[in-house]
Amino acid sequence: MFSNPDILKFIFGRLSFESLPFHEPILIVTFAAVCLGGIGVVGLMTYFKLWGPFWRDWVCSVDHKKIGIMYIVLAIIMLFRGFADAIMMRVQQAIAFNGNEGYLNSHHYDQIFTAHGVIMIFFVAMPFVTGFMNYIVPLQIGARDVSFPFLNNFSFWMTTAGAIIIMISLFIGEFARTGWLAYPPLSGADYSPGVGVDYYIWGLQVAGVGTTLSGINLIATIVKMRAPGMSFMKMPIFTWTALCTNILIVASFPILTATLVLLSLDRYVGTNFFTNDLGGNPMMYVNLIWIWGHPEVYILILPVFGIFSEIVATFSGKRLFGYASMVYATCVIMILSYLVWLHHFFTMGSGASVNAFFGITTMIISIPTGAKMFNWLFTMYRGRIRYDVPMLWTVGFMVTFAIGGMTGVMLAVPPADFVLHNSLFLIAHFHNVIIGGVLFGLLAGVNYWFPKAFGFKLNQFWGKVSFWFWFVGFYFAFMPLYVLGLMGVTRRVSQFEDPSLQIWFIIAACGAGMIAIGIASFIIQIGVSVWKRDELRDETGDPWHGRTLEWSTSSPPPDYNFAFTPVVHDHDSWYDMKNRGYARPLQGFKPIHMPKNTGTGAILSGISVALAFGLIWYMWWLAALSFIAIIVVSIVHTFNYNRDYYIPADDVVAEENKRTELLARQV
Amino acid sequence: MTDKAPAHEDAHAAHHAHSHGHEASHGSLKSYTTGFILSVILTAIPFWLVMGDVFDNKAVTGALVMIFGVIQIVVHMIYFLHMNTKSEGGWTAMALIFTIVIVVIALSGSLWVMHHLNANMMVMSPEMMKNMP
Repeated sequence: MFSNPDILKFIFGRLSFESLPFHEPILIVTFAAVCLGGIGVVGLMTYFKLWGPFWRDWVCSVDHKKIGIMYIVLAIIMLFRGFADAIMMRVQQAIAFNGNEGYLNSHHYDQIFTAHGVIMIFFVAMPFVTGFMNYIVPLQIGARDVSFPFLNNFSFWMTTAGAIIIMISLFIGEFARTGWLAYPPLSGADYSPGVGVDYYIWGLQVAGVGTTLSGINLIATIVKMRAPGMSFMKMPIFTWTALCTNILIVASFPILTATLVLLSLDRYVGTNFFTNDLGGNPMMYVNLIWIWGHPEVYILILPVFGIFSEIVATFSGKRLFGYASMVYATCVIMILSYLVWLHHFFTMGSGASVNAFFGITTMIISIPTGAKMFNWLFTMYRGRIRYDVPMLWTVGFMVTFAIGGMTGVMLAVPPADFVLHNSLFLIAHFHNVIIGGVLFGLLAGVNYWFPKAFGFKLNQFWGKVSFWFWFVGFYFAFMPLYVLGLMGVTRRVSQFEDPSLQIWFIIAACGAGMIAIGIASFIIQIGVSVWKRDELRDETGDPWHGRTLEWSTSSPPPDYNFAFTPVVHDHDSWYDMKNRGYARPLQGFKPIHMPKNTGTGAILSGISVALAFGLIWYMWWLAALSFIAIIVVSIVHTFNYNRDYYIPADDVVAEENKRTELLARQV
Repeated sequence: MTDKAPAHEDAHAAHHAHSHGHEASHGSLKSYTTGFILSVILTAIPFWLVMGDVFDNKAVTGALVMIFGVIQIVVHMIYFLHMNTKSEGGWTAMALIFTIVIVVIALSGSLWVMHHLNANMMVMSPEMMKNMP
């Protein structure tokens, strides 16, 4: 055996047997369960010989539809992890009273709340939103794919690589104990010498590459690939919000990257950007990270506003009220989101003039948001509303989000913020807007667009069960936190002294339990729908009497989306086409030029995980090797000229005839 | 291969549509050389300013380095990224304006905020506290 510690140190860096969490029974059990599940999946895939199709049709796919679905699957898987963290915290806080330390030590508890925040924002909300934009935007603008299909595949796999890096931290080493934004000096080398913050940094940096590139890709797609006749003011509102979101991504993510680079320089080479001495200033980190962090909030909520706008118009059977005002409100929010970041640290000491400025800009941003709310209400007014599941989520959102918005304006008042900052009131507020806004919207979107993606509707009953448990569970889980926050309970506390608080935490834990039932019902809903897919089958491609172009093609859409590029005359283009008696072209099909699949994206992302792992554990040989490998693979890929192919006209004819037959059966 | 001919036609059409959006030139050897030489000069001067201790006042050196950095950015945009008001139908110019707006907000905002934080968060006497900005 090797007994020379230098060689071991060279090979494994900081990694040793002590890095494995044998002392945490919870993690051992989780690890065993993950291993068993993993072996089961691998076994089943081998038994059914699915590895080949999985690699060819999914991993290598450059089809925006498949990539969109994979983004959403990634988000749902990570939702389980993030929610497991949430329920562990709720249980801990409900029992840790009267000297009972609960079942989580503070070391573990701190990692859990950090992981919960990081995962829910970066690996649930972001991929979910990006998944929808990927799937829906090209269909809504009448395009056959995004502008840069390979880049899209690469972006997805980089996001996944980031998620994998974060997941590795669960079983090898530890995760950051700093809170989801890793403020220095706590996250600096002096106070967090372990690997936790390094996992955080490299997980986000790798995923950030994917996010930024997919932002560029979607902007180019929306600007360059709209169907003829679709001027900007005729674009569907979801595409508009997607455009603004991606502009925000491209403009703000570089700030996050730069800030994390400065933090890693502090940690790795001993610079002093964010230390307390030698001219460093930790407040600069807080300032910079929120210049990214506030636009990030709108990156999540804007596309969801778009989803709600599509759903409200469709299920009210009316044109969206105030389309132009909706577009302007979105653009105004896009700019204003860069002028409010200081409201995240009113209490850091910037003084009355600065706080007043940012307090007022924050209140101003609620005006365009309020305008949107009224637009949805006026769309519903005198509409023929159908309360299908997507519409239920929408109405639930409008009620819940209005409350979250109001508590947000309360927090925007600097003197009030001095009382409420860092309290559970803040936690309740942002969960109110992120669950009541973003998550409700995403689940509404899943119910709305699922028939488009898979050709059958989701089961109504379980959809409603899921909605009601989520909706009621949310109020039970977070209204007590508003109360506790007003009583002065601070966030990120694992044990409590005052027994009178316990009842509120128990109510909140019950709420989290109801949300768990909501999530389970969602999974049952998908399972039941797949089981009974023949009853739920939609052969028209337009199950909700939709208004935008994605409903004009078959469900699921063919690889090429549209045999002929549609011509657009109005902003509810498909509704307009139906009214004018649009006839599907039945002949004259031509071969269609399409991008070819490639495995380079997945390979690059795999090497990036190795690079990050090497950097985290100080295995410099691994880091250097992977870095060189990334460059070599990228260069080799540029010599791959075999990138496109034609779908022969005969295949297009066959595909389109199948649809003609299905449509003929409807009448 | 009966579909060979239409495929070719489609490819041609696709290529035409593709090239239509590219009104920006891809530059010539001359423009790249000019850009390269300007970049080298603009990089060398700041190095010389710092390494040669040209100014006694460090703030002057810092400001000059920043100014040369900004000029360098402009050189890159013109000679390497081929940006002008007409390229890509005005989209690059629009993107540039948006970028400048964001950069100005982020920089001026940060300077303003950090100035106040620095002034306020030092150890101070009650008299100083009263006169906080």
